[in-house]
Amino acid sequence: MAYNFKKELEKPERFVGGHRLCAGCGAGITLRAVMRALEPGDKAVVTNATGCVEVSTFMYPYTSWTDSYIHTAFENAAATCSGVTACYEALKRRGKVTDNYKFITFGGDGGTYDIGFQSLSGAMERGHDMVYVCYDNEAYMNTGIQRSSSTPRFANATTAPVGREKQGKQQDKKDLTAIMVAHGIPYAAQTTFLGNFRDLHEKAKKAIYTEGPCFLNVLSPCPRGWQYDTALLPKITQLAVDTCLWPMYEVEDGVWHLTYEPKKKVPIEEYMRLQGRFKHCFQKGNEWMLEAAQQYVDEKWEALLAKCR
Amino acid sequence: MIHAKDIHENSPWTKMTQGGEIYEPATSLLFNTGDWRTQTPVFLEKKCKQCLLCVPYCPDSAIPVKDGKRGEFDLMHCKGCGICITACPFDAIVWKEDA
Amino acid sequence: MAHLDRLSGNEAVAVAMRQIDPDVMGAFPITPSTEIPQYFAQYVADGLVNTELVTVESEHSSMSVCMGAAAAGGRAISATSSAGLALMYETLYVAASCRMPIVLAVSTRALSGPININNDHSDAMGARDSGWIQIYAENNQEVYDNYVQAFPIAETENVRLPVMICQDGFITSHAVENIELLEDAEVKSFVGTYEPKHYLLNPDEPLAVGPYDVTHYYMEHKRQQAEAMRNARAAILAQAERFEALTGRKYGFFEAYKMDDAELALVLMGSTAGTAKAAVDMLRAEGRKVGLVKIRVFRPFPMEELAEALKNCRAVAVMDKSEGFSACGGPLFAETRSALYDLETRPKAINIVYGLGGRDVAVDDVRALYDRLADIAATGETGPVYSHIGVREEA
Repeated sequence: MAYNFKKELEKPERFVGGHRLCAGCGAGITLRAVMRALEPGDKAVVTNATGCVEVSTFMYPYTSWTDSYIHTAFENAAATCSGVTACYEALKRRGKVTDNYKFITFGGDGGTYDIGFQSLSGAMERGHDMVYVCYDNEAYMNTGIQRSSSTPRFANATTAPVGREKQGKQQDKKDLTAIMVAHGIPYAAQTTFLGNFRDLHEKAKKAIYTEGPCFLNVLSPCPRGWQYDTALLPKITQLAVDTCLWPMYEVEDGVWHLTYEPKKKVPIEEYMRLQGRFKHCFQKGNEWMLEAAQQYVDEKWEALLAKCR
Repeated sequence: MIHAKDIHENSPWTKMTQGGEIYEPATSLLFNTGDWRTQTPVFLEKKCKQCLLCVPYCPDSAIPVKDGKRGEFDLMHCKGCGICITACPFDAIVWKEDA
Repeated sequence: MAHLDRLSGNEAVAVAMRQIDPDVMGAFPITPSTEIPQYFAQYVADGLVNTELVTVESEHSSMSVCMGAAAAGGRAISATSSAGLALMYETLYVAASCRMPIVLAVSTRALSGPININNDHSDAMGARDSGWIQIYAENNQEVYDNYVQAFPIAETENVRLPVMICQDGFITSHAVENIELLEDAEVKSFVGTYEPKHYLLNPDEPLAVGPYDVTHYYMEHKRQQAEAMRNARAAILAQAERFEALTGRKYGFFEAYKMDDAELALVLMGSTAGTAKAAVDMLRAEGRKVGLVKIRVFRPFPMEELAEALKNCRAVAVMDKSEGFSACGGPLFAETRSALYDLETRPKAINIVYGLGGRDVAVDDVRALYDRLADIAATGETGPVYSHIGVREEA
């Protein structure tokens, strides 16, 4: 069915206000958009790794979820969701549950790329009918902007600070979506917020309604950690895709498909310039950082295009 | 059943839910995050073309939609991030001038 | 009708699991509990149970699977030992504080390091304050019986706490004994069906589990847990009574063995009780007034009842099969001596750390302990309060 933007927005919210995420938080946008992709007649259980979203959306006694929700710890969201789905199968078999349920797990990049990586890999390998959504804000934001394996090279983080000898993170960002694809799961995709959210919506819908384990990686800017004015978020996500830094693609049954190709590839420094975490890259003598960042984007983009052809 | 609205900072342990469970949906709607705002967005209905592009960008679900049209901001939950102002192609949302 | 079978302790647990037919098992191998998920996987493969077997990639995940399943509204089980239990520690606390009636079989084993696969209680003792009910067994019959009683205890409305069913790794987990098994239907009827009040998959009412609990609420939730652990005392006794009516086998917080007129007593847990009972029988035959208390329920700790059982003794040795490194004794000693404090006249009490990493303890070792207690009773001098036995000292 074609995407009907207005109709989608008329659905009752399954993720509501009153949560304690910071003003302008990208994660909040991701949560709403993914939950909107559920068919209103379907029930869902949300699993959540410890992180910004957890402490903000279920701060006792206030839950921002209209669906059932479970958080247990930081590194085990995928395993916890595995237990919920397994129980669903068992209770269905016994005739104790008859409704149709969908299972969605949300984790930040810390809980997904790093500490939750093992349990995520296990859950994907076992093949539970679930979708794991990473709201990727490229650092441990809940504890105060420490570097994760998702933090891009050169970004300033509190455990990869800018100093006299070293300036920001030294390593490139881990390519988690590709690693998830390598698990042989039926659907993996990455996306972010763009225009009328068609890309995110369609991918979330596919991830939720494709049988088996699916993975969705959503770049979710953090104004605190990335150091930009909150109102700029739509510009940041637009630049993330137009610079080809965060390509929008999906992999269905091993087939790579680009879902957005910029008309004109924008230089990476335009994306970096808007964010305080890259400020030092624009200082005199650090021109090589911008060049290295551009080279990295170009190489990754070309490699991706080759996979998508 | 113990309801979220009846649980507060002076509730004795016998009047709280076991294990911190909550058995109702969307209880955070009770909580006012509107007082976090340092700036307030104003919706200019006359300029609005009802494209709704502002709606999905709101992290606080503070732009209600009914019958294909957006309504006034839910100022109890809007935190004043201004993302909607950037998202609007028609300048139909502006910051409120300081009173 | 009950029937006899020859089973290892691990298989006895697996049989009880099959008879209960829980909804979800989180499974990960670790010696010496590995056989339990192996047997259970065969039951699943043969279609003997309706359980979803989730073969996870770590023990942390197996307990996480159990938590997801328990919150979803099902019965959840797992089995582990040693480092596996240690890897679960974080999740053990979460399971208890979220009030999830999970049952975990523990074939106890020494914790690393250095790595050692044999029995002691250092793994389970490390989890003693995690909020789980802990029940220990002397032999295969007891671990089977304890397992059958576990879910009804855990699911008691005013309890809702997870239960750890502990047996001694290898010593009972791998030793084959004749045990009396209940019929499948008897077990199913004893444990009943699980009907949780609130659960994630309830179509009529969503459930949110595992909040961020700020300072205003955290302590109240801990107070609720403390109350639940107190309530567990009555639930444990109530299920023991039901179980006795079914099987004739009697269980309580502990077994007092020849304690009625005992002047010298041991307090211990697990399989060593069998060895110690042999020593008691020999000494009794020689006319000596000795006895022992075998703790079955370590959490909740039966403080008043234990003090009552020991109040007429002159000297007591508490045997810890784990090191507490507290410089003043092991965990069972600390709890027991604390229980004795409220007595008008207290027995002298010493602590013996023994059997670490599978170090054997023989009848003669136990006899020697009673001799030491006799000296203490005669002289009033306890000597070193905390010492090790079975360890090589310089000549």
